[in-house]
Amino acid sequence: MLSEKLIDDKRRTAEALLAALPLPEGESAWARDARARARSRLLDAGAPIRRDEYWKYTDPTALTAPAAPVAPAPEGGLPSALALFAGHAARRIAFVNGRQRPDLSDDAAQAGLAIAPLGEVLAHDVTWARGLFGALEAAGQEKVARPLAALNTAAATEGAALHVTGAVAEPLHLAHTQIGEGAALLRHLVRVESGGAVTLLESGIAGNTVMEIDLAPGAVLRHIRLQDAPERPTATHVFARLGAGAKFQTFTLTADGSLTRNEVVMEFAGDDAQGHIAGAVLGRGESHVDNTVFVTHGAERCESRQVFKQVLDGAAKAIFQGKIFVRQVAQKTDGYQISQSVLLSDDAEFSAKPELEIYADDVKCSHGSTTGALDEGGLFYLMARGIPLRQAEAMLVGSFVEEAVAEIADEDLREIMRARVADWMGARG
Amino acid sequence: MLEIRDLHVRLEEEDKPILKGLSLTVEAGKVHAIMGPNGSGKSTLSYVLAGRDGYEVTGGSATLDGEDLLEKEPDARAAAGLFLAFQYPVEIPGVNNMTFIRTALNAQRKARGEAEISAPDFLKQVRETAKSLNIGPEMLKRAINVGFSGGEKKRNEILQMAMLAPKMCILDETDSGLDVDAMKLVAEGVNALRAPDRGFLVITHYQRLLDHIVPDVVHIMVDGRIVETGGAELAARVEREGYGALVKATA
Ligand SMILES: Nc1ncnc2c1ncn2[C@@H]1O[C@H](COP(=O)(O)OP(=O)(O)OP(=O)(O)O)[C@@H](O)[C@H]1O
Ligand SMILES: [Mg+2]
Repeated sequence: MLSEKLIDDKRRTAEALLAALPLPEGESAWARDARARARSRLLDAGAPIRRDEYWKYTDPTALTAPAAPVAPAPEGGLPSALALFAGHAARRIAFVNGRQRPDLSDDAAQAGLAIAPLGEVLAHDVTWARGLFGALEAAGQEKVARPLAALNTAAATEGAALHVTGAVAEPLHLAHTQIGEGAALLRHLVRVESGGAVTLLESGIAGNTVMEIDLAPGAVLRHIRLQDAPERPTATHVFARLGAGAKFQTFTLTADGSLTRNEVVMEFAGDDAQGHIAGAVLGRGESHVDNTVFVTHGAERCESRQVFKQVLDGAAKAIFQGKIFVRQVAQKTDGYQISQSVLLSDDAEFSAKPELEIYADDVKCSHGSTTGALDEGGLFYLMARGIPLRQAEAMLVGSFVEEAVAEIADEDLREIMRARVADWMGARG
Repeated sequence: MLEIRDLHVRLEEEDKPILKGLSLTVEAGKVHAIMGPNGSGKSTLSYVLAGRDGYEVTGGSATLDGEDLLEKEPDARAAAGLFLAFQYPVEIPGVNNMTFIRTALNAQRKARGEAEISAPDFLKQVRETAKSLNIGPEMLKRAINVGFSGGEKKRNEILQMAMLAPKMCILDETDSGLDVDAMKLVAEGVNALRAPDRGFLVITHYQRLLDHIVPDVVHIMVDGRIVETGGAELAARVEREGYGALVKATA
């Protein structure tokens, strides 16, 4: 139990976080309502602190320093950070300093897709958005507080609102970059109707980014993120709700970065759905990467998979907290979770906290976690064939990460991730 | 070619001596066989020569064409022309077998200051060699040794050996786990590589392999030493009489 003083501190920090950000203007009544409820959620929960069980392994201080929004960046050429995923055919939607930049974006219009800036849907009465904005975030707080996500609902004014009604041919690439100090918040809303399918790429993630994803029965969404050496502390939340037979896949590669906390909160709301959550972490120096996953099985015969691989060098730290929560109705649940780490140095550290909470009796759930050095027998075998140590290590690391990379459906995107892993190993010296 | 002089080796962890003054010379163009009871130190010898961690050389030397082997990293020994066909080939999930062989070949060439092999040349050569060892294209595409049968793993070792074309080949019980036909294939693979500038050290328990790969010299190793050296007929004697007499004779 937290002391009254700490609870007080948490609330005051939450107030300060809110006070630093301007109140959104010109929105419709329903959006204002959703924002007000989010403010209450945030104030009730208070800002996260290290003493919170959910933040045991990650000190949130760097994420809870109140900050005014970063100033708009000057107009100009394409910052290189927006060019990640280059070479992969995708329509870029560019954001700089938390603001959408049509001048740096592609024309996203495609059959089966309606896309608008977040501000636009919040200013109107858009039915699908109304049922989604803040709703999945609120539901995701049922078992554990996620105050930074509530902060996002309360204050984020920019992002993409996607309504997918058919199979979208080209992936959309949500690209962000930040120039200068200050807070950057992005909020993306995605609703995929039955028969709809879309691939979302994300890179250069803003400091506080939330994506709410609502999949109608049979809808398909693939989400692939690249967090390449994020310069600033970053907290992301992906909330996904899956209707019957829906398919959801998310993969994140995080390379370095001072502090990254990625939460994925997935709920099975309809039977026979499939949700795969995967990630790879490459950490060196003092980097700190925390992947926190919460899967709720609320329907029958759904399959969830969590596959996380971390490769840690220097004094890097990685954390994996993964929970599978199976409600009583969720019979025939198939839940799988694996988190594995390779430590390339003595000072690197991995902490895993797997959790199962199961109320149904006919389920199959398993979890496992391993951590250790690279397999010496394998290293020797490769070297005995003439492959130098660094190269042999890179080969073994590549194969170690492969199980997570294999969760990506598209071979071209898998190659991009493999190449990034190889580059990172190549930079070890 | 390979010259081992009075080699003393112990396990780093247990302070247990394994090789106790082993001497052996394999000349270019020759095939030497080592036989010996389980636990006598045959695999240890092969690992120490290839450079595996965990062993401490407390005395003696090992050179390849006059170059000190024991100071070198394992990859440098390979580039210098040493090859070990493992008694237990290692499974490496996620690394494609053919990519591995090409990477190894090019790494060795680079270390020797030679140009890389072109992709078409490599493909042609690896396919032909694989075929002669009855290794199908699907085995080339799979992860290194993963899901290979015991015999397939051994044939994969010979494939690597043929592709890397080393000067000095050490085969550690390459015959174990092979059926009669596979044994013939492996022996043919080895015989095809016999050359005036290449030496072989074949570790085996059975005369059977030596019927196909006829050795020039046979050594008997007991408790970390060579206790007897002779011609091919020595292997036949072991097969008939066992090691009992030899062990007693040296005790
Ligand atoms: N890493 C190790 N840890 C402990 N003991 C070891 C290790 N390596 C070798 N030994 C011991 O050293 C001795 C020699 O082993 P080695 O594998 O070299 O024998 P071998 O002659 O190859 O036997 P085999 O014919 O059964 O293959 C054995 O007693 C073995 O148990
Ligand atoms: Mg042995």
